[in-house]
Parts: sequence; C-alpha cells; structure tokens
Amino acid sequence: MTEPLRTPLHTLHEAAGAVMAPFAGYAMPMRYSAGMVAEHVQARERAALFDVSHMGQVLLMGPDAAEALEALVPGDIRGLAPGAMRYTLLTGDGGGILDDLMVTRIDGGLALVVNAARKEADIAHLRGRLAGADILPEPDRALLALQGPAARDVLAGCAGMAFMSARETSVAGIPVRVSRSGYTGEDGFELSVRDGDAVALAERLLAHGDVSWAGLGARDSLRLEAGLCLYGHDIDEGTTPLEAGLGWTIPQRRRAERNFPGAAAILDAPPTRRRVGLRPEGRVIARAGTTVADADGAAAGRVTSGGFGPTLGGPMAMAYLPAGMTRPGTPVTFDIRGRARPGTVVPLPFVPRNYHRG
Amino acid sequence: MAEKTYYTREHEWVRVEGGIATCGITDYAQDQLGDVVYVELPELNIQVAREVEAAVVESTKAASDIYAPVSGEVVEVNRELEARPDLVNESAEDTGWFFRIRIDDEGELDELLDEDGYKEFLEELA
Repeated sequence: MTEPLRTPLHTLHEAAGAVMAPFAGYAMPMRYSAGMVAEHVQARERAALFDVSHMGQVLLMGPDAAEALEALVPGDIRGLAPGAMRYTLLTGDGGGILDDLMVTRIDGGLALVVNAARKEADIAHLRGRLAGADILPEPDRALLALQGPAARDVLAGCAGMAFMSARETSVAGIPVRVSRSGYTGEDGFELSVRDGDAVALAERLLAHGDVSWAGLGARDSLRLEAGLCLYGHDIDEGTTPLEAGLGWTIPQRRRAERNFPGAAAILDAPPTRRRVGLRPEGRVIARAGTTVADADGAAAGRVTSGGFGPTLGGPMAMAYLPAGMTRPGTPVTFDIRGRARPGTVVPLPFVPRNYHRG
Repeated sequence: MAEKTYYTREHEWVRVEGGIATCGITDYAQDQLGDVVYVELPELNIQVAREVEAAVVESTKAASDIYAPVSGEVVEVNRELEARPDLVNESAEDTGWFFRIRIDDEGELDELLDEDGYKEFLEELA
C-alpha cells in the first residue's frame, strides 16, 4: 500500500486536532475536535475553512481552449465571459458522466477544477481527446474553500464579486486565484494558491474570529443538504445528465449542435429514472446502498447518498427512482437492517441555498 | 446491594445493581464515533444473547452495532435517546445509557473488564 499524499496544510490540520482519513489517495481531515455537526453549523452561520487541495487543478491554455473543451462537455464554454465560471460535465460516448467540474475563463485560456478521484483519468482523457489547447496540470497548487455567510466579511476585498466569477488578486499580499463559488449551498469563495503560500493564507483566514476549520465530513452533509451531487455516488459513468437532473447544464445551442460525447444517448431517449430527494421518517439514517422500494415493497432504486442533515434536523437521502415515483409526496420504503422504514420523495434541495445574488 | 461497573473490549459499559445491567457505550467510544444522530434500541422484553447485536448507534460518519454485554431480557430502553441521540455524546456513561437487561447468569460478568482493566485496555490501544 502506498503512503497517502499530504496536502501542504497537513501539519496545520494535525495541530487543529483533525481526524485524518485516506480519501482519493490523500490523507484528508474528516473532522476536527469541534465535530462534524459543529463544523456544519459553522459553515451555515459564520464561515468554515476547508482544505480541498486534493482536487485537481488543470489549465487549458490557448486562444481556442473554449472551442476545444466544448468537444468534451455539453456546457456553454464559448459563451463564458472573461472571469466567468460554469459548472459542467465531462460526458462519455455512451452518455454517462465521466466527471463534473468547474470551468473558469482566465487570461489566455481556461482553469478547470476536477474531482480528486478523477483527476488522473480526466487528464488522460483530455490528453487523448482534446485538440487545440495546451493541457497544464497544476499539482503544485493548493485549494482552500471559505464557506458561509461571514465569508464576505473575511474577504472584504472580494465582497463585490458576482456569484460564479473568478479573478486573480491577492489576500494579505499572497497571490490567489479566487472564485465566488463552493459546494455547501452557502455564499463563499474558493482560493487557489501556490503550495508554498497555503499555510500563510490559511493562518491569515483563521485569524478572523468568524473562521474555523471544517472537515470533509461536514462538507458532505452541507452539499447533500444543498442537493448537490457527489461524483462516484450520485453521478457516474452509469448515469446521464438528464437522469441526474443536470439538464440545466446543457443549453439550447449545445442541444441543437449535438456535438458533445454521448449527445444522442443523452438527448434522444427520455430518462426512465430520475435523481430525487428522500426523507426517511423519524431519525433512522438511510445510507448509500440502502434499497428503496415503492409503497408495495417492490424494489425501485438505491440510495446514492444518505446521512443526517444538521440544519435539516433529520435524515436525508438521494436516490434514482423510476419516472412514476419521482413526484414529491410519493411514499417509499427503505430496507434498513432488514426492516421496512417509511419515507417520502421531497423536492431538492433539502435546505434552501444561500448563494450570493449578484 | 452495591452497584458495580464493568466494561467490554467493544467499548460498552455495564452497571449492575440488583440483577439488572444498565448498558451503554463508553466515553472513549462516543469520542471515536463523533456526533451521534440516531440510536436504534432493542424491543422491550426480548431475549438478547451476550456478544450479539442488540442496538445500533449511528454517528454522522457510520452505523455501529452495539452488542449485549451479558445475556438476558431487555427490561427497559432509554426512550430519551429517540429525541436526543446527542445525549450519547454529552453523557455517554450516565444519561446516555441504551438499555437495561435482567441478567440470566451473573457468572458472565466475570468475563468482563473492571474499570482498571478497561483503562489498561485503552492504553494498549493508544
């Protein structure tokens, strides 16, 4: 077994009492001494700092980078204004999702942030299929996410930024590529920084009274409450964008052009199942893998993500269910440790998103 | 009759008084689990066997089985935990108890650790 990789913030995590666990080849902080619930609440009420340096950062450079990337994703990349950012998908030729990613128009090209567990595969895919742009992985950059309603006060110089925009700037003299985005449903920022500057940047942010560390455990409960997909759980090569409820990422122009991988498979057959939100009754947790049945007990799907929502105040889950069962209010049963537990289809997100408007 | 507290290597505690064993998980266990969000308690008046799953504790992280430390009949469960599973974090070895068992054979208690034995066991884990 190979030793897990460490982010540049490893010693800071240990000093903060982090419980570290292997994740996508890295030793990552799952929680700190405050505990997952307190860290989750920190992000909803003040500001939480996450080390997400395991994520893949890749530049696509060249004047035709946007056109080139459109050959591999169904999103509108050509239409990205300078400094604008968009969520999109790498699709496979069969219509499945190879990864989900953020794309930002930067000077001279595009900046991509991809999932940690997919970055090697994504880079290989780009190298094999992308024509007309230089592919420059950035393994020597860390990524910090500052999330929560107080984030704008902590990064006061960035408070005027629009949601889903990015810029090169400096924080306390440290050069950063900052975007107003995140994965928690809250207002906030992600800061890409050189490895060598990561500790100084984190310490500077943590010096603010409203900021404290949060681990990947809280990140997962936050994103699930916000109804956001986790690659490898809620979306993968066996799910298509429309099944996943991500049809909004495919604009009319791309639907008309049909020139992205899997276009026919994605656009021509109406999905027979859809990703839905589910609430188990009471407090019992329906974790990923739990069988979901219809009211008569016939198996209909499987939980893809499930856990406890601290802000929701109860359990929540997502699953793919057949077209006839996706309407909110539809009763379901969960098979949990051999017992049928009732639940209901509910709209997503579980907790309203609180993104910056403007 | 005086009460006495025993421990298991699965990090359960057992407080015995008058043939009744009150059972819960140790403070060490709750700290390892993290925030407890759900406890599935055994049904009343069922027979449970020593070292067989009797309850489930769910933290934000994972579900863990809780074993009956001794064999016997479940005579009481801590209904408080249904609304306040976080009592397990707050007070693992007192108000965060799980269930009470009428012990079949007090001889089984000899297999358990006493407080000093459990402390030594924890030191070995550290």
